[in-house]
Amino acid sequence: MSAEVASVNKKAMTKPPAPDSMLKITLRRFTKNRLAVVGFIIIIFMFILCFIGPYLSPYNLYDVTVKDKNLSPSMEHWLGTDKLGRDILLRVMLAGRISLLVGLVATVITVVIGSTLGALAGFYRKWVDVIIMRICDIFMALPSLPILIILGAVLSDLKVPSDYRIYYLMVIIGVLSWTGLARLVRGQILTLREQEFMQATEALGLKDRRKIFRHLLPNTIPIIIVSATLSVASAILFESAMSFLGIGVVPPTPSWGNMISAANNLVDFNKRPWLWIPPGMSILLTTVSINFIGDGLRDALDPKMKR
Amino acid sequence: MKQYIIRRLLQMIPTMIGISIVVFAISAMVPGDYITAKQSPNMTQEKIDHLRSVYGLDQPEYLRYFTWAGNMIKGNMGDSFQHQKPVTKVISSYVWNSFVIAFASLMLSWLIAIVTGVFSAKFQYSFFDRLITMIVFICMSLPSFFIGLLLVKVFALNLGLFPVSGMTTAGSTATGLEYVVDVAKHSVLPVAVLTMISTGSLTRYFRTSMLEVIRQDYIRTARAKGLKERTVIFKHALRNAMIPAITLLGFELPALFGGAMILEQIFVWPGIGHIYLGSINMRDYPFMLGFTVFIAGLTLIGNLISDVLYGIADPRIRLK
Repeated sequence: MSAEVASVNKKAMTKPPAPDSMLKITLRRFTKNRLAVVGFIIIIFMFILCFIGPYLSPYNLYDVTVKDKNLSPSMEHWLGTDKLGRDILLRVMLAGRISLLVGLVATVITVVIGSTLGALAGFYRKWVDVIIMRICDIFMALPSLPILIILGAVLSDLKVPSDYRIYYLMVIIGVLSWTGLARLVRGQILTLREQEFMQATEALGLKDRRKIFRHLLPNTIPIIIVSATLSVASAILFESAMSFLGIGVVPPTPSWGNMISAANNLVDFNKRPWLWIPPGMSILLTTVSINFIGDGLRDALDPKMKR
Repeated sequence: MKQYIIRRLLQMIPTMIGISIVVFAISAMVPGDYITAKQSPNMTQEKIDHLRSVYGLDQPEYLRYFTWAGNMIKGNMGDSFQHQKPVTKVISSYVWNSFVIAFASLMLSWLIAIVTGVFSAKFQYSFFDRLITMIVFICMSLPSFFIGLLLVKVFALNLGLFPVSGMTTAGSTATGLEYVVDVAKHSVLPVAVLTMISTGSLTRYFRTSMLEVIRQDYIRTARAKGLKERTVIFKHALRNAMIPAITLLGFELPALFGGAMILEQIFVWPGIGHIYLGSINMRDYPFMLGFTVFIAGLTLIGNLISDVLYGIADPRIRLK
């Protein structure tokens, strides 16, 4: 009896355990979502495959051996070879680098534009808000696929070299998809700016820039993370669709989308499925996994779900 | 209500002007013009200059914008290079082919969404619920062109169940019912893919909305009154859960008439999206611009319709 009291007293004396950090809580909730974890593992695997895999391959992209052309999958060439005798597995891995990179960089551009404009609109309100939201309306009404396709055609007309095209594509996809995020951030900032900590920043006489980028935007990071994750998937889908149509990433630079366009040839399409199914499956796995991660993050970061 | 619609229509004007400026600016980035495209080597410089001034291409860009925008307002989108017809004519003659598959898939995806939404809400967290939410979510993030190709390979080439491409059998002169059956057979695969990718968000939406409604007090009241479970679900819950979903109908407008570009390309379906992709190879800029503005206009109108529908369906919403 007395021992128990003593231990209770001892407990009261020591500092109470620190509450779990936001990161820890998020991580715990995220790992509970099995699909999200599976998605995460697949994405990590994809990255390792695409960025390290090519170094382990005995082949390289430039040894064109015509006698090995159009081989079906075998022990030497796990996924077969294409019409120039290049190893499909190696091409899928190298194409993955391009596709993943385009998705990631396009998303960074989306996030920078979307969160900055959204924060400005929410913070200054009045005419700044009106103008930014009008621009937002315009971009939302623009049909993204037709515009992407026109711009892709313009890139071809301007004779942009194949290596540089991916940079233009990143910018184009990024600039066309910031509107959703801008609206989300604006909505959050509109409520955040009425809270007490903003009165404190007012009392401290902080500059607007500091208020926005140090105090308001960090509070919107959860929604930015979720929205960014989902937009990586959509950027990869846009890029692959454009490349499939021949106006995105163009050969010789490989991308999952332009590898699938091998299916435009009826013989290849029907008789040599190893040419287009592996890159297609890569796109499918990547986008589905990213969306699962995004969904898991949404559940994990949503403060309304907090228990 | 009338006031609200009028104000929204007026608000659309600056947005539409913005859209037209963006679209025109993109077209102005293109090197060369109609004349360079049609140029033949034996054309003299004088002739070229003359033609440029006839088409007004020698004028500065901003003046050309005003001419183009002025024609747009009058409903004149210019002539398509490729079809040698006014752009509006080209759009109106192909848009219905797109509408056929888009409408069929819209109906199907609504049906699927309602059925699974109701079922998932009734048996939340059951195995079936989890499975359906997962499948639906996977379908949402599928690359449509790859799925389209896979389906063609498996169901059309390997199993021979459906025709590979096109809207009708080549050379067929079928009329009446036979024609309809022929078109229906050709549309199975494209409609299936379209439904797969579009049913996802709708189903999720329905499920959440049903789950929200089913926890309301009036549902408990209805059950307490001793109503049959079926009446409670379909009459009391579903009807209220439909309200937020109705707004989504407006957003479908551009999809209904805009054509599913990539799918139409894969299935060689002679819809507007297929024509649009063809126009890119021909660099048929008047058609590309006209079509883009057409879709943008549909999007704006669709947004307005969904807002108005929301007001009509739910009297608690006041439109101001």
